[in-house]
Amino acid sequence: MLENCGGDNGDDERWSLHPDEASQTKFRQVSSIVCMPPPDQVLENVLEIVLCFLTSHRDRNAASLVCKSWFRAEAQTRQELFIGNCYAVSPARAIDRFRGVRSLVLKGKPRFADFNLVPLGWGARFSPWVAGMSPAYPWLERICLKRMTVADADLVLLARSFTSFRDLSLLSCDGFTTAGLAAIAENCRRLRSLDLIENDVEDDEDEVVDWVSRFPPGKTCLESLVFDCVGFAVNFGALEALVARSPRLRRLRVNDYISVGRLCRLMSLAPQLTHLGTGSFSTFEGEGDFRAILESAFMASKSLVCLSGYRNLAIDYLPTIYPACANLISLNLSYAQITADMLGPVITRCHNLQTFWVLDSVRDEGLQMVAATCKNLRELRVFPLDPTEDSEGSVSDIGLQAISEGCKHLESILYFCQSMTNAAVVAMSNNCQDLLVFRLCIMGRHRPDHLTGEPMDEGFGAIVQNCKNLTRLAVSGLLTDNAFSYIGKYGKSVKTLSVAFAGNSDLGLRYVLEGCPKLQKLEIRDSPFGDAGLLSGIHHYYNMRFLWMSSCKITLTGCKEVARRLPHMVVEVIRDRPEDDSGSFMEKAYMYRSLVGPRNDAPPFVKLL
Amino acid sequence: METEVGKKEDELPQLLDLISNEEDWFKGDVGRGDGHILGDLEEEKLELTLAPPGGEGREKLEKLSSALSSAGFSKIANSLYKNTVVGAQLVFFDSAKPNAEASGFQKDNFVPLPLPVTANFGKESSLEANMRMNQSHERGVHSAPEDGVLVKNRSQIRLTSSPVVGWPPVRSFRKNIAINSSKISDVLQNAGTLENRLRSETSNKGFFVKINVDGIPIGRKLNLNAYENYEMLSSVVEELFCGLLSESFYFTVSCTGMGEDAKRAFTGLLDGSGEYTLVYEDNEGDRMLVGDVPWDMFVSTAKRLRVMKNSELSTLFLGAVNKKRADEC
Repeated sequence: MLENCGGDNGDDERWSLHPDEASQTKFRQVSSIVCMPPPDQVLENVLEIVLCFLTSHRDRNAASLVCKSWFRAEAQTRQELFIGNCYAVSPARAIDRFRGVRSLVLKGKPRFADFNLVPLGWGARFSPWVAGMSPAYPWLERICLKRMTVADADLVLLARSFTSFRDLSLLSCDGFTTAGLAAIAENCRRLRSLDLIENDVEDDEDEVVDWVSRFPPGKTCLESLVFDCVGFAVNFGALEALVARSPRLRRLRVNDYISVGRLCRLMSLAPQLTHLGTGSFSTFEGEGDFRAILESAFMASKSLVCLSGYRNLAIDYLPTIYPACANLISLNLSYAQITADMLGPVITRCHNLQTFWVLDSVRDEGLQMVAATCKNLRELRVFPLDPTEDSEGSVSDIGLQAISEGCKHLESILYFCQSMTNAAVVAMSNNCQDLLVFRLCIMGRHRPDHLTGEPMDEGFGAIVQNCKNLTRLAVSGLLTDNAFSYIGKYGKSVKTLSVAFAGNSDLGLRYVLEGCPKLQKLEIRDSPFGDAGLLSGIHHYYNMRFLWMSSCKITLTGCKEVARRLPHMVVEVIRDRPEDDSGSFMEKAYMYRSLVGPRNDAPPFVKLL
Repeated sequence: METEVGKKEDELPQLLDLISNEEDWFKGDVGRGDGHILGDLEEEKLELTLAPPGGEGREKLEKLSSALSSAGFSKIANSLYKNTVVGAQLVFFDSAKPNAEASGFQKDNFVPLPLPVTANFGKESSLEANMRMNQSHERGVHSAPEDGVLVKNRSQIRLTSSPVVGWPPVRSFRKNIAINSSKISDVLQNAGTLENRLRSETSNKGFFVKINVDGIPIGRKLNLNAYENYEMLSSVVEELFCGLLSESFYFTVSCTGMGEDAKRAFTGLLDGSGEYTLVYEDNEGDRMLVGDVPWDMFVSTAKRLRVMKNSELSTLFLGAVNKKRADEC
């Protein structure tokens, strides 16, 4: 039915859209056709049908640029609205253009907010968005927010406004309490997933609301319930009853107030689970020994592919998961302080593992075990048990080298260590050419290669050179401008770059800004890049989502120059203290393109240029 | 571009002069590039036996750390915010450390001197770094892997003494893991019901209380066990909510340098001399001024904190507080 669409405008009389075919389209917003419509209308109708099949927002953005007709058709049919920077556009403007949105993805604060670099109250409030969408998108089904400030009142309004609401994902958000969760539980009758991941839930101890009890009685549609970040006890009886009446439940991640005894009961009620967050994974006083029961629960859960939790792991209980290991695709042990000996029996059973998060307490030896068994590993994250600069390094270049030799299909790695060598990083670049994400954090600032004393330039250079698909890179250790020249020269696919305590001069920044055409997100801290480097990116900033520079050498003059030359850039200067000296360096500068100019909700410590 | 770089070079010599005056503290082959001074003092209190060669380094260390602690360690973070060459700052802090103590604990001890700002400097520093690396490798004693207890205590201390905000880039809920997981077995021996277990777990994790500032809808949580006295608490509170308080607050106190001026800045919250005052609610539900009771008692009874505007303070509850004081007398 769609073969000749988008073709010649002059031949529209040859074919028409049969009324039956029109009704067969799954997309109701296409105007129904009763009789032969005018040619323009036909084209637009057809276009709308075709565009249904375009789901990627990048493809849709491209399609909308073809001509006005395409712009309109695309705007009518876009169902998922992805906004990577909530300040790049206003709610009113987005709602005005896209009338049929069913799903919203909205991201707020810059990533460095995760590390306390963005003062409280900076912004990214969800309130204006939900207020605007409430009347405009009655059919909204899905909201996914990342690093936004979400108030309880927002959740209440959400729950009351969208009767078909199904999926709520909050990642790294803050501002809400269990009262907000209660509103969601109570009012969203079609709720399919409630995923709370790494949020800061802000209750007082004595004001915690029993939100789990608020789910309506009777069978629920719940497929996913993730609440491991909610730091308050839940009503276990209510949780148990909820799981019992949620036959579709596939993902359950509980918080660390759930002991193994309770976990057993939940698992027995939901043997169909695919993703399990195990909570505390220890016994509470007086509970007794649940090892046998737990082991049989894991044996019975044949669908389990993803395990996480282990917030207070009782080591005697770790063997109970052995029966499930062979099926595991994803295992997160990053809260469990285990040694290589404890890891061994687990990991040697995990032949199918693709995602593995672990603490560096397993040491290089543990990583060697991973490399020996997990031949299909795609993503590895090694977190530091002691996240300080002078802690004793538990993993090193040895572990990285082993991983590179054993896990050739590795696509993503985040590795915290105290020391590294260029040789190991080069080895990884040669062995793991599928790498998309390479994030190496040498925790001690300015650490060189610990064997040769050289800067880490060659290692990172090899990564960008050999891993042609690399899109995300985070660098650390002692780095000169050479490292950045490599990134600029070879990092042609790099979209996200994180820099800290690196480089010698403006040249470093210039290399990157002039050399990386796909660069979208650049975050830099504590590096000696100044105004000249900043201004060398003028040609590219409109193609980027944002640039963050803190504790560098840029000045107010430089920032103002950017603002002057790029009228659609919003340049924010964030101050922790009032500046006495106007010639001094900017503490924090955050700049991003925007269709709506400087925001009107900036707090006093943010200056908009 | 060249002229701007030239200006920076003019600034650098001043910082280098500063360092050379501190020669007697600065031992040439000392490692380390950050300011864990308070952390080291804590380690001495733990009586760790990796002994430095002589005692004189310790005295100087104590002098420096007491000077710094009167200003609150957040000043270290602030001075890193100030726009000086980062590397030189690192060296300055480093100069206070006795060198063998540093070598006993850390393996990769070196610091580039200073942080390379221009290409020339960069080359020198990596050479110097190389030299240092070799020296410290030859001389350094590599400690055996510490047992779990030591790691725990060190991580507890390190978390409060790290001077650089947001580094390493690990989210706050990933800190304290060592403390949590190893304490559980002790806790479970003693705990009764689930609620008791949760409560004692809280007190072992570090005592988190919620803190709000008037006019700011979002609160934060602070770990009271992480601080030792009211000055530290006050400085952390100020830093946590900095920028949100009205600008006049900063103009009434001067925040330059360490010492007396800084002291005045930080007591603004505790003695009512600024525009805001720190109050807390205790386990009996009463509102109290922070600073009245001994620190340990405060930590054990405080349930939540609030930074209140002085105008609201006087009308609301000073009467009640005075009454409480009178009762206690």
